[in-house]
Amino acid sequence: MTTLNQMRAVHGDKVYKPRPGWHAGLPLVPVFIFLALFFFFPVIQLLSLSVQTKGELSGIHYLRLVESDVYVRSLLITLKVAFYTTLICVVAAYPLAYMLATASGQTRNSLILWVLMPFWTSFLVRTFAWLVLLGRHGPLNKYLIELGLLSEPLEFFNMLGTMIGMVHALMPLAVMTMLSVMETIDANLPKAAATLGARGGQAFWRIYFPLSLPGLAAGGLLVFITALGFFITPTILGGGRIMMIAQLIIEQVEQLLNWGFAGAIALLLLLTALVVFYLYDRLLGMSTLSGSGAADRSGAGLGSNPIGKAGVWIGGIFINAIGWVCDRFGELVEVVRPIRPDRPRKTMSRTVMWITGITILVFLSAPSFFVVPVSFTGGGFLEWPPQGFSTRWYDLVFESATWRAAGIRSFSVGVISALLAMAISVPAAFVLTRQRLKGRTLYMSLLLSPLIIPRILIAVALFYSYAYADRFLQIGLIGSSLGLVLGHAMLAVPYVVVTVMAVLKNYDYRLDQAAWSLGANKARTLWHITFPLIRAGLLAAFLFAFVTSFDELTIALFVSGGLATTLPKQMWDDALLKVSPGLAAASTLILIFVTSMIFLAEFLRRKAAKS
Amino acid sequence: MSEPAYKLKIRNLRKTYGPVIALADANVDMREGEFLTLLGPSGSGKTTMLMAVAGLLQPDGGEVWIDGRLATYMPPNKRDIGMVFQNYALFPHLTVAENIAFPLRMRKVDEATIKKEVTRVLDVVRLPQVAERQPRQLSGGQQQRIALARCIVYKPSIILMDEPLGALDKKLRDQMQLEIKHLAVQLGITVLYVTHDQEEALVMSDRICLMNDGEIEQLGTPDELYFRPTSVFAADFLGESNLIKATVSAVDGSAVTLKAPGGAIVRAAPSRFEVRPGQQVTFMVRPENVHLLNPGDKTDNEVSVKLDDVVLVGQVTKAYAKLGGETKLSSTQLTRVGAKMPKSGEEVRFGWSVDATVLVAEKRPGAAA
Ligand SMILES: Nc1ncnc2c1ncn2[C@@H]1O[C@H](COP(=O)(O)OP(=O)(O)OP(=O)(O)O)[C@@H](O)[C@H]1O
Ligand SMILES: [Mg+2]
Repeated sequence: MTTLNQMRAVHGDKVYKPRPGWHAGLPLVPVFIFLALFFFFPVIQLLSLSVQTKGELSGIHYLRLVESDVYVRSLLITLKVAFYTTLICVVAAYPLAYMLATASGQTRNSLILWVLMPFWTSFLVRTFAWLVLLGRHGPLNKYLIELGLLSEPLEFFNMLGTMIGMVHALMPLAVMTMLSVMETIDANLPKAAATLGARGGQAFWRIYFPLSLPGLAAGGLLVFITALGFFITPTILGGGRIMMIAQLIIEQVEQLLNWGFAGAIALLLLLTALVVFYLYDRLLGMSTLSGSGAADRSGAGLGSNPIGKAGVWIGGIFINAIGWVCDRFGELVEVVRPIRPDRPRKTMSRTVMWITGITILVFLSAPSFFVVPVSFTGGGFLEWPPQGFSTRWYDLVFESATWRAAGIRSFSVGVISALLAMAISVPAAFVLTRQRLKGRTLYMSLLLSPLIIPRILIAVALFYSYAYADRFLQIGLIGSSLGLVLGHAMLAVPYVVVTVMAVLKNYDYRLDQAAWSLGANKARTLWHITFPLIRAGLLAAFLFAFVTSFDELTIALFVSGGLATTLPKQMWDDALLKVSPGLAAASTLILIFVTSMIFLAEFLRRKAAKS
Repeated sequence: MSEPAYKLKIRNLRKTYGPVIALADANVDMREGEFLTLLGPSGSGKTTMLMAVAGLLQPDGGEVWIDGRLATYMPPNKRDIGMVFQNYALFPHLTVAENIAFPLRMRKVDEATIKKEVTRVLDVVRLPQVAERQPRQLSGGQQQRIALARCIVYKPSIILMDEPLGALDKKLRDQMQLEIKHLAVQLGITVLYVTHDQEEALVMSDRICLMNDGEIEQLGTPDELYFRPTSVFAADFLGESNLIKATVSAVDGSAVTLKAPGGAIVRAAPSRFEVRPGQQVTFMVRPENVHLLNPGDKTDNEVSVKLDDVVLVGQVTKAYAKLGGETKLSSTQLTRVGAKMPKSGEEVRFGWSVDATVLVAEKRPGAAA
């Protein structure tokens, strides 16, 4: 250490930093052991199960997959739903993201909150809100009939409702992904294009659009992959008419206990996801998924593979064609409305964009609030408009032992799993930001992989492993809070790692060096200097992890038994059994709780950004 | 045609942001081939004026004429201008050649001509080898030259540059200043340039438009601005200056006689604004024009002072004193081997000529009081 310090002294600024020794990677060990036990091992076990029958190697499950056309049809429906969801999400999210990216700082921050809010409000609450909105006697049908657009109520609970629910659920993901790329686009570029002679449309399509394309593609990819594993929305809003792959998996596990076959279907899902990833990588390069600037992702170097080449070629033709159309259209407009050099001109395009953007924003944030009025109804059913005013449904929720227990369990499982995720992920985040470890990228992708594998697959795999542990090792994790905590912590690991790494990237490492030079040892430096400075960031990561657990249904569905239920599980069971205003009351309570958490997180984030 | 060919005429141009007056009734004329620099402190309205000329912001009033055509509210793509941004704004997804071809494509020039022109301007900026590279593979100075090439390729009436050298280090900046200046002269292009660096403005410009708080403080050649500033602000902003308050005692054709603090009689060059005996005025004399007089030396103006400080700051040595106990007066001498410099505390005589004594207005001449 002394020699190192001497070298620092000699070399001044240029600190000589050798590659760290093996012990530098030690803080990574706990998180990887944890992921190995609760993620990698279960997933591999489930997949290996799919090629076995009664302990023998066999392809019988896969044969069954292709024998009956039920599964192929379901896969096709899944692909179709995922495709249209992605298409609508991307098309609608783009103008909104563009509006946010080009808005001024203050406006943008407040508007982004309205995008994030639906993202974080309980998924079930949102789905449930749509159940209220789209019902036969729901507000939407009512108003459409009053406006004379419909003569009788439209049946939404089929493909249409499923699509609406999924688009609503996934669009924030698309918006945020696109926004992260658009934010890196230099605002001077469209201006430069204009001074160089490009009309508005040309400047947009030839300059802005190609630069934002990686964000559009990454957003589309994430939406598509996530949509593949959906089961909540199609079950609740599909009216029993939509059977997606994930629903089949649940059926196999819950009703038939056929693990091997569930594994085979899950593998089908995983393979589909991987094929999409592969095509995406060929077309645009995987690097576009990580956080590098727009300039680095502009498609250079893709000309080397045939798919990439074709993509670049088609893209070029598309841009040229649309540029040409814009130009002609611009000329036409100028003939109709000649440009006056002596009078200020009004630009229509920005107004149109704002109207579009705000409409989409309302679509994203407003529906959740429909559960509020419905929950205060005096009647016994969900109806619109609600009858009278009463708090009887709240009384019901508060008095019900099941709801109370579920609330307490959700809260405590959330807190403990978030703490656990923090405890194992924060050291890893430190090592990954500060040490130039060999294989850093590999570690990163392993840590983030729980995000990429469809959650339904993870849940089934975890369930099987828990059952296995129960049977052979007498460790009872099924139906226990501990099992839930472990599963939720595993899901939260990637979020915590990413959030903490982002905070640490902005942290001035020299402050630590200053503390050392003043005589503090590493532990004291960490405690007295580093942690206080990144406290807000750590808290945000904690809230992130907490909300992930608080809203989680997939794992809870399998792992929490009939007794040990959580709020989302309770809502799910209730919704499948009977939709009552009590559910709306519970939703309202969750909505209030989660919304205050988000505002708290945002408040802390801003405070952190200021300091 | 008796009127000279103006490439740019700005008439009473105004822009406000709420209560902030970013630009107040600016008037500027630029001849063909002229290099005019907008100089001023941060927030003085330089960018605002440039953006209004570029069409990137709409003014609240006034007129902009580019090459004889009214362009006040023309969109940027319809006016005949080129612009170089501080961060160059090269399109990162296009190669250098495609960047330069962009304005020609927008003008529907045929591909053969585009190819020829791109090669030609790359030669002009002496970077023929980088045509197929991505902009991010170039150094700062190279990107700067490509940004310039992208403008000169379509021969706009006027090229606008907003602090184009702001992102470069000192040495490269000095080199690029001369390079841009030479290119402008060689190609005969008209340049409206923005900087807050006075040295840069003095090196590059034919004329400097000094801005302060959204208003034009003084517009003239670098010589005029340096030697004959019209206001306290102008005198203070460019170079170092001694600004001394005095009372007018007499006015005649060849000089204005003043009574300075401490009772010294000072004669100043004829004023460019009206002064009457008994009036309070401010005069300016640059430290390098204030000489240390040897016994027997005679000049137009001289005062006896006691030196507070003598500091050697490299190639010059500065001597500080006070006039009448209050007003600061300094003198700058070249540092030379063997030159005898007085010590602080010594009594010396400072002397300077009438020509170097300039009356400056407290406020911009013509500004509302
Ligand atoms: N979009 C805007 N909204 C509100 N005020 C603005 C805006 N743009 C400029 N201003 C104000 O107008 C005034 C002039 O700004 P301008 O950008 O022209 O200054 P500048 O001379 O270019 O300064 P700098 O050297 O810092 O670039 C400033 O007071 C600035 O705060
Ligand atoms: Mg500026």
